[in-house]
Formats: sequence, C-alpha cells, structure tokens
Amino acid sequence: MNNCLRILRAERGWSQQDLAERLEVSRQSVNAIETGKYDPSLPLAFRIADLFAQPIEAIFLRD
Amino acid sequence: MAQPHSPAIRRYTRRLTAFMAAYVALILAMGWLFRHAPPPAPWNAALAILPALPILGVIWTVMRLLVEETDEFWRMLFIRQTLIATGFCLTVMTIWEFLQNYDVVPQGQHGFGTAFFWFMGLGLGAIWNGIDLRRQRSEP
Repeated sequence: MNNCLRILRAERGWSQQDLAERLEVSRQSVNAIETGKYDPSLPLAFRIADLFAQPIEAIFLRD
Repeated sequence: MAQPHSPAIRRYTRRLTAFMAAYVALILAMGWLFRHAPPPAPWNAALAILPALPILGVIWTVMRLLVEETDEFWRMLFIRQTLIATGFCLTVMTIWEFLQNYDVVPQGQHGFGTAFFWFMGLGLGAIWNGIDLRRQRSEP
C-alpha cells in the first residue's frame, strides 16, 4: 500500500523520530510504513490520520 | 530478538537471563548427580526432567514477548523470527528422523535436541530481520 506519510512529515519539519514519538511507536516502524514495507494496523492508521487531521484514505492509497 | 529499550524487551532479557542461568546450573548439577550417584526410579525421571524446565521457561519467555510487545512493527518482526525458528527446527528434525529411519545416521540426538535447533532458528530469524532492517535503512 502506498502512502504520503513522508511528505506530510516533511511538511511539518518532523524527523522520523519526532513522528514516532508522537505516534508512540518505534522509529523503525515509521520508516517501515513510509517505505511501504509494512502496512499499519487499522488502529495505528487512525492514529496517523488523527495526528495529521486528514482522513485515512488521503494518507494511504491503493497500489 | 533485539528491539532496544522497549519495556517488553527488558522483561524478555531479565527472564531469559534467569532461565538460562537456571538451565546451566541444573544441567551441571544433574550431569554430576547421574554420573556419581545415579538416583533410583522414580526419582531419576523427575530429576532428569529438571533441566528441561528452564528450556520450557525460555519458550514461555519468547511467547510472552510476542504478547507484551506493544510496537506492532517489532511484534511482526518477532513473530516472523519465531516462525523462521519453527520452520527451521521442523525441517532439520524431519530430515534427521528420516536419515535415522533408514540407518543413514546413528540413532540418538547426541545432545542436539529439538530446542537446540529452535534456538538456532531464532538466531537465523534475528539475522534475517537484521538484514531486512538494514535494507530499509539504505532505501531513500
């Protein structure tokens, strides 16, 4: 699944570690999601959507 | 299994250290006892099982890590690691069993039991995870 997490993070000037701390996950998790190696669970996807104040489908895109 | 600093990993490390220390103590003690003063039945069975108990503890420790780790990405890595370990162990033991069935290799395990190969598989799984994480880091 593709996503625009890296762009949203860059727009806010956050590092992967900054985003990881806000989401209460590891930096490796953020990296794996950004690179499309790992698709987050629905609860984590909602946390990401809430953090960026956008709907899930605006962040995560179908392949 | 190596995600640094998570509370679940700290508990895992503490438990693993305790069970492995108990294992070393019991394997040495039972080895000495059975060589120098073999206990009579049924005590011999009970005492022979004692070193297996910390090994069961280690397996429990690994399973607790899968339950207690709150970071879902790391939990997925740990689950993959245990699946690699289980697959490796089953593969080795199945092949070995058939080699023994047809008398290609001698009977007996010579100290290399199922748990040994499962733990070896955990090591292989950790290496696989490490390679995967390094590959992710090197991507743009």
